[in-house]
Formats: sequence, C-alpha cells, structure tokens
Amino acid sequence: MRDVLTAASPALVGTVVVVGNPNAGKTTAFNRLTGLSQKVGNYPGVTVEKKVGRCVLDGIEVRLVDLPGTYSLAAHSPDEMVAVDVLLGHQEGEEPPDLVLQIVDASNLERNFYLLCQVLELGVPVVVALNMMDVARARGILIDAEGLSAKLGIAVIPVEAHRGRGIDELQGAISRVLRRTLAGTPGTGSAVSRDGALCLNDALHARVGDLHAELNPAFQRARGRSLHEFEVLRAVIDREGHAETRLSSVLGDSCLDRIQRVREEVAGEVPLPVLEAGIRYGWIRQNIEGHLRRTPVKAVTWTERLDRVLTHKVFGLLIFAVMMLIVFQSVFTWAQPLMEMLDGAFASVAGSVEGALSQGALRSLLTDGVIAGVGMVVMFLPQILILFLFIGLLEDCGYMARGAFLMDKIMSKCGLSGKSFIPMLSGFACAVPGIMATRVIEGRKDRLATVLVTPLMSCSARLPVYAIFIGTFIPDRPVIHGVLGLQALTLFGLYALGIVVAVAMAWILRKTLLRGSRAPFVLELPSYKWPALAGVLLKLFERAKAFLVRAGTIILAIAIVVWALAYFPHSSGIGADYARERQRIARELPPGAERTARLQEVGKLESGAYLRDSYFGRLGQHVEPVFRPLGWDWRISMAAIASFPAREVIVATLGTIYNMGGSVDEESAALRESLREATWPSTDPHRPGLPVFNIPVALSIMVFFALCCQCGATVATIKRETNSWGWAWFAFGYMTILAYVGAFITYQLGRMV
Amino acid sequence: MTTLNDLRPGEEARVVKCLGEGRVFQRLCEMGFVEGVSLTFVRQAPFGDPVEVKLTDYHLSLRRAEAAMIEVELMERAPRGRL
Repeated sequence: MRDVLTAASPALVGTVVVVGNPNAGKTTAFNRLTGLSQKVGNYPGVTVEKKVGRCVLDGIEVRLVDLPGTYSLAAHSPDEMVAVDVLLGHQEGEEPPDLVLQIVDASNLERNFYLLCQVLELGVPVVVALNMMDVARARGILIDAEGLSAKLGIAVIPVEAHRGRGIDELQGAISRVLRRTLAGTPGTGSAVSRDGALCLNDALHARVGDLHAELNPAFQRARGRSLHEFEVLRAVIDREGHAETRLSSVLGDSCLDRIQRVREEVAGEVPLPVLEAGIRYGWIRQNIEGHLRRTPVKAVTWTERLDRVLTHKVFGLLIFAVMMLIVFQSVFTWAQPLMEMLDGAFASVAGSVEGALSQGALRSLLTDGVIAGVGMVVMFLPQILILFLFIGLLEDCGYMARGAFLMDKIMSKCGLSGKSFIPMLSGFACAVPGIMATRVIEGRKDRLATVLVTPLMSCSARLPVYAIFIGTFIPDRPVIHGVLGLQALTLFGLYALGIVVAVAMAWILRKTLLRGSRAPFVLELPSYKWPALAGVLLKLFERAKAFLVRAGTIILAIAIVVWALAYFPHSSGIGADYARERQRIARELPPGAERTARLQEVGKLESGAYLRDSYFGRLGQHVEPVFRPLGWDWRISMAAIASFPAREVIVATLGTIYNMGGSVDEESAALRESLREATWPSTDPHRPGLPVFNIPVALSIMVFFALCCQCGATVATIKRETNSWGWAWFAFGYMTILAYVGAFITYQLGRMV
Repeated sequence: MTTLNDLRPGEEARVVKCLGEGRVFQRLCEMGFVEGVSLTFVRQAPFGDPVEVKLTDYHLSLRRAEAAMIEVELMERAPRGRL
C-alpha cells in the first residue's frame, strides 16, 4: 500500500464491495487489504453488519465494503436482500460499487463460482481473488488462473491471504480496473455482462428481459430509479422471496400474475431453483473445463482424521462436553480477578471523587450514578472478551460447525438449531455475549428464539443473589443419603429451572409468534485450520468497542434515572435530624473508636432514612400490595424493583434498606443477621410481628430472580441485535410475567407445605 | 426410489434429481445438489441426525428430512477423479 495522497492531486475515490462464500477467507483478505482502518455498524432497518475499511491503492482512495458471507444472492428476507441492494447500488446509506471483489476458495471452486456466476450478471466490474491456493494444491487441485481469467474476461488473481501472498498483485488488479471504471471506460470489466448474454439460458433470459421492459417504466415512476434485470430474475425464481414482495408492494398485486406466467413459461414442471442451479452449474463446468486439473491424492486428509475422532459417537461428544466445560469455567474463573480489579479501580475512582467533592447531589450523581453505572457495564467486559476469544478461536479453526453438527438433534427438539447451543451456553456466564453470539445463526426465527430465551440461563450475576438467600435461609442439611447438600441441591434446582423454562419457551415461541419453517441446517463443514489470531483479536476488539459504546450509553442513562429516583427529593429535614444526632454524639463521647463507630452507625441510619423517603421508597410502599402474594414486604419489593437495571444490585440495595449503607456483599454476615431478624410491623393485618423472611419467601425471591430479565444491558443488547425495541420489550415483558407467576406459585406452594 | 437419506456411511451415489420446494430446497440446489453430481455419504451425527455428505470438493451437513429431498442412484464403486 502506497500513500500517495497529496494536497496537489485531487484524489480518485472508489467503492469496492467484497463478496464471497462463508469460509472462503473473506475476512482475512479484507483485513490484509485494509489493515486496522475499519468501521463496523449496521445497515438501517436490518440486522446485517456493515463493515467498511479504507486503503489507498495507487493514488485511488478505496472504500472497501465487506458483505456478510453468502452462498447465493437469492433473498428471502430483508437481511438477505441487503447484499443484492448494496451490489446494485440501491442500499440506503451506501455508495454504488465501482468494483466487486469476489473472494473464491480455490479448493472448492465449483460451489464458490455459483455466487460469482450471479455477481457477474449485475453488470459491475469484477475482480476475483482465488484464495487458499495452497489448500487446493495440497488436495491435488491445480488451477490455471490465467486461463480462467481469459475465459471469463475478468482479472483472476491467485492469493494466499493468510500468508499475505498475492496481495500485491490483487491490489494492482483492483487499482487497474478501478482506474478504468472511474475514468468512465469500464473496458473489459466483465465480458459476461458486457455482451448481455448473462450466464442464463436464452429462454429464461428472453422472458426475464421482456418482463423487465414491461415493469420498468411503472417502477421508475414509483421509485425514481430503474429496475435492474437481476431483481426481476430473482422475483421470478425466488417464490415468495424478497424481490417478489418488493415488486408487488411497489407495482401492486397485478404484477404477481405476470411473474407467475413467466414462471410457467420458462420452467413448466421443473422447480425453478432446480432450473437455476442446473443452468449455473452447467455454466460453471463449461468455464472451468480445461483450467482445473485434479491429480489423485491418496492420503487421508487431516480434517478427515480429526473428524473421525471429533464427531465420534462417544469421543466426539465427550470432547465437546469437556471443551464447553473449559470455556464455561474460564469465563467464570479467568474473568474473576479482572472483574475484581475493575471493581477496585472504580471504587478508588469513586473514592477520590468523594474526597474531592463536598456532600451533595453532584457527588452522589457522580459516585452512585455515573461511576457505579459505567462500572456496571465495564464489569461485564472481561467475561465478554474471554467468551469471544474462545468462540472466535473455535469458529476460525472450524470446530464450531462440528459443535452444531453434534448438538443439532437435541436442539431441534425444542425448535432451535444446533447453532443455538453455544449462545445459550454462554448465557450461563452472561446473557450479553450470548445474545451477541447468536449472529452465527442463519434463520431469522431460529435466531430470534435463541435471543429471547438466552437471558433465562442463570447468569453469573444471579449467583450472588442465590448465594445470599441460600446461605441465609436454606438449612445446610445432607439429602439423598448425604450425596448432596440441600443448599447445593437448591442451587442446582435454580439453574435447572432456567434451562427447563428456556427450552419450553423456545418450543412455545416456535409454535406461536415465531412459527414457520425451520431454517435450513445446511451447514458447510470446513476443513480445519490454524486460527488467524490477528483476525480473531480484531473481531474481539470490534465487539468490545461496540458493546461499550452502545450498551454503555443506554445503561448509563438507566443508572442515572434509578439514581435520581433513589436520591430525590432528599428533604433537608432528614439531614438536619441526623446532623443534630451527630453533634450530640460528638458532644457526649470522647474522640476514639466508640465515637467513630457510633458516627458510622448514624451515617447508615441516615442513608436508610433518605432511601425510605425517596421516590423509590415511596413507590415501594405503594407497590407492596402487588408483591404481597409473593410473600414480600415493601423493602423486598423495592429492592427487586431497584434491581431491574442490574440484578446483583439487590444485595447492595437490601443492605441500604436495612440501614447498613450501600457497601455490602453477599458474604456479609451482618446482612444475613438483619435479614433473619427482619419482622413485619406489629400493625400488619396478616403477619403482625412475624419474621419477614422464611424459606418460602427466600425461594420465591430466588425464583423471581432466576426468571426475571433484570438487566439493562441485556435489554439494550437485544434491541441492538434484533434492531427492534419491540423484541427487547417483549423479552423483558414475558420474563417479568414468568418471574411473577413463578414466584407466586413457589410462595403459595411453600406456605402450604 | 433411493434418497440421500437411505445411504449408509461410506456409500457413494449420484444425484438423480431434487424434489421439493421452499427455501431449504432452494439452498440445497444452490449448494450443488444438481443432476449427475456424485457424492459420498460420510457419516451421521452421534444422535442419528444430521448427516455429513462429501459433495464434489467439500463436506456438508444437512438434516435427514432435507436429505430425503435428494433422489440418488447408488454406485457400487465410484469411479475416481470425476467431477
């Protein structure tokens, strides 16, 4: 890459769209070309990731747009249509391409050429990067790139992207073709599209051409752009596909009859996809012939040897289980010290802010609102990074596809796919990376179902909640002849509850709201390879950044709102009372340990009083009747409500409410004492003077927390990944209802026993 | 009629035709299940479903329900080195 941008020469600017099959090494090639200058976002209205990189090639400023890996341009959903729209230059917020760079897996030329065959029909100049030439050679596949180039009339450059071989030649070809295109003389961009013959047979081509001529004028009037022939072709072939839907919405239903007539004329009895695939694979064989030679290679490949073990009935499953255990365990244990470090760092920042500012709303906003809020988000980061490092490595080396292959049967029982397994497992650590990991799931409905049930997995933030209530109220008694303790059994039961409900919910969702044909589980099992560490790390960095920026802003906003509700009105009367109390202690006691202890005591009482008087406290007393059937008093209700932005907040909130100040963790023996000692007021009509907490109440709280979506980051992530607030609130709503019903049943049953 | 679903591990066959409709069916066609292509049934997953097939130059996993859409003719000994 040469940087020849100078102020004197007005730079040429060109847009290159990168397409290719999954597993063709597209990302590696993209990273080679652009280096670190990449930007990741979303296309408006869909969940398709938009990745743009920049580089300068021979004085041309090149914008590279990376499209998600795809096998075909047939589009059945708005998400799939994005690729077609970007390539045709119709995508909102995207420049029309001056060049398409197609990355092709040389070791699997025929199937990779299927997409090329479609891309060539779009009429945009194409450059082909024949990637993984080394893999092809090792399999005895010899390809004559120059011959192919001459036959197709486009540049075909042999490349080994992971080693950086052939990248210079590729850059040269891109800049050459781009320069010609930008100068307005496309020249031999693509012989195939230039003579208009396309790759299709004459009958199909002629009919599609006629239909295009017929529909175009009306389409142009309605949309202000002309209709591309490829869109018409897709509308004809993809029955109920997105191109058809778009045409009928622009031109009215009358065009559907016309499309149907063309279908009957060209295909007759033959299903249209069979027709298209037959024509295209015929075209591919014709063009490859003479330029691809196979020499018999006897040796069994490494991939085959590995697969004999890794997909074995016994060993395969065993290795998979161990692998998942390691991933899960490291997310827990490796992240722990990092999380503690972050926690400590935030505590010290909060401490210095506290020292620098005088007491008041600003100090409270900064320490309790902003720093605690940002901290809550950043705390998730170590878990996310570790999980994604593993997922990235497993994905890149090719094992992930085997995992899906192994688990598909089990997962399909509840209407999910094998690819849902990893995200749901990740949910045990944290739902946020789990939901982000659903991007590998191809079918929209499968993916949505997985996104919606993943938060039911008992994440690590639920653990402190379970820990304090089990430790305090569940007797440490051996059960099942001493094999297990009752406490451990309860903990296991809560995890199992999450799994059972998630499976049932997935099944229900796929039968109702997300009903529809299952997404195809037609999954390529790529050859194993060493993961490209640089690429994995780059992706890790992108995801971390996206998470911090987006979820961070929303979490921060929620944290500030909750802070404000818990802080205001902050009546001066309370402060004055406690100030007098402090003065009295200072007068009566000499300086020393006792005075300090008494003053601290007063501080805790004061923050408790403020909280009771805050809007949150007042709200708590209003909502008590709602939570009464669960066995909760207003303090538990309020703590639960305050925990909606982040469930682990309940531990600190209970501490505050029970007049202990905000800094309590689940190990605090004092909190356990005061939970045990808490009683209903003697004026209570139902349980006067009785303890607030007993086993049914503790169980009811834990079941509520197991099922409830008390996590702002999760709601924000669902919104981001589904691109819809609707689904985010749906997840929040159904989980809240489940939690309430679950806690209600638990308490009422518990009371009877 | 024999379909891909009826094959046993190690058996080689040739695609006669694809029967079906819908999106999954279209994907199968696009992935290269076209008339005359030879394939090898490699293995089935530990729980019996899905199955793994070697198609021309690559390995593909698909569910048994999907494999049943592909009519094949069994070749006892597949000639080597064919497309």
